[in-house]
Amino acid sequence: MKQTRRRLLALIIATAAVMSLAGCHTDMWHQPKLKAQSANNFFADGKTDRPLVTNSVPVGYLRDNEAFYTGKVANKPVAQLPVPLTRELLQRGQERYNVFCSPCHGKVGDGQGMIAQRGLALRRPPATFHTDRLRGMPVGYFYDVITNGFGVMYSYASRIPPEDRWAIAAYVRVLQLSQYAKTNELTPEDLRKLQESTTNTESKP
Amino acid sequence: MPQVFHRSSNTLARLSIVTGAALLVSSVLIGSNLSRSPYVTQVGAPVDQPVPFSHKHHVKELGIDCRYCHSTVETSAVASVPPTHTCMSCHSQVWTNSPLLEPVRQSYLNGTPIQWNKVYDLPDFVYFNHSIHVQKGIGCNTCHGPIHEMNITYKAQPLSMSWCLDCHRQPEKYIRPKEEVFNYNYQPPANQMELGKKLVQEYHVKKEQLTNCSICHR
Repeated sequence: MKQTRRRLLALIIATAAVMSLAGCHTDMWHQPKLKAQSANNFFADGKTDRPLVTNSVPVGYLRDNEAFYTGKVANKPVAQLPVPLTRELLQRGQERYNVFCSPCHGKVGDGQGMIAQRGLALRRPPATFHTDRLRGMPVGYFYDVITNGFGVMYSYASRIPPEDRWAIAAYVRVLQLSQYAKTNELTPEDLRKLQESTTNTESKP
Repeated sequence: MPQVFHRSSNTLARLSIVTGAALLVSSVLIGSNLSRSPYVTQVGAPVDQPVPFSHKHHVKELGIDCRYCHSTVETSAVASVPPTHTCMSCHSQVWTNSPLLEPVRQSYLNGTPIQWNKVYDLPDFVYFNHSIHVQKGIGCNTCHGPIHEMNITYKAQPLSMSWCLDCHRQPEKYIRPKEEVFNYNYQPPANQMELGKKLVQEYHVKKEQLTNCSICHR
């Protein structure tokens, strides 16, 4: 009787020990599943994320609106914004412009962004939008440059979806206007701000 | 019959009981404190990377927005470590001869990704989603700490379940206006709790859901 009780006790202790040890395992921490951006030696490029199969279109991604998705019609940049021009669009454009474009082109579009200032060896400095050439370009041109890059500028298509590219293109127009706005078109408040800033700092004309 | 044990055995026996109990208590205390210590959680320990990327330089000194590189953070579960293409959109022109950037150039030429080491590595049974946190007013710094001051990136928070729950129980302690999410200079106002409660309502944060097991474990 005494012996069975002792055996039972030993069994309980042993079970508890094994169970608490089993708690140390980590196979649920690192499950054999594929997670975004993880490494994978099954594929030659070592990536889990797979590129699209060539010439395939994911459901919902059919891009049949040429003007909207390429910024061009018959290989010519469109002059008309293919989305409604609203205040929200311009605000979205401003936000996205400041995120993706301002490092090189500067917050006012003068090509004097931080990278332009730092990149002493830049073979070709970022463009200012305030040249006659770019002021005369149709809005689709800016969409095309964001999509496909230009000169040493890389494509931003993977980071900026089409809707946002149009918002940015529209905002580039805002920046262009901002540098050539006529004083008699300003609201009294803006005019006052302008006068204050020009008297405070002897800024450039 | 002579006595088997000497009188001093009494003291020894009492002492061993006390020591045994103390050992038990202290081992539990040491264990629980150790598991929360930076030694185990790795908080503050810089993680070696194939390229010594500095967030401080890119974010604070150059003023590049988080989303320039982590471009899916607002729309996807993963903020995404940028592809080499993103690095090269500047470094094809800037620091083109730097030996530190050789792995970046090689990666771009060969099409093989740079194997960055994960700093914020959650267990696989936790389903974290960046976009919902960013969309509901949780700032980058709330979890990633002073990332704009880090030369080599380190973990700023323990990522323990109690740490997650601290905010999931009382999001008003940390929530901030949406437009301040990416602002690393943001300081919570003195009336954070007041503002927080307002924002929780305004952003439709369903507090009662946030402590459901299946919010994070699926």
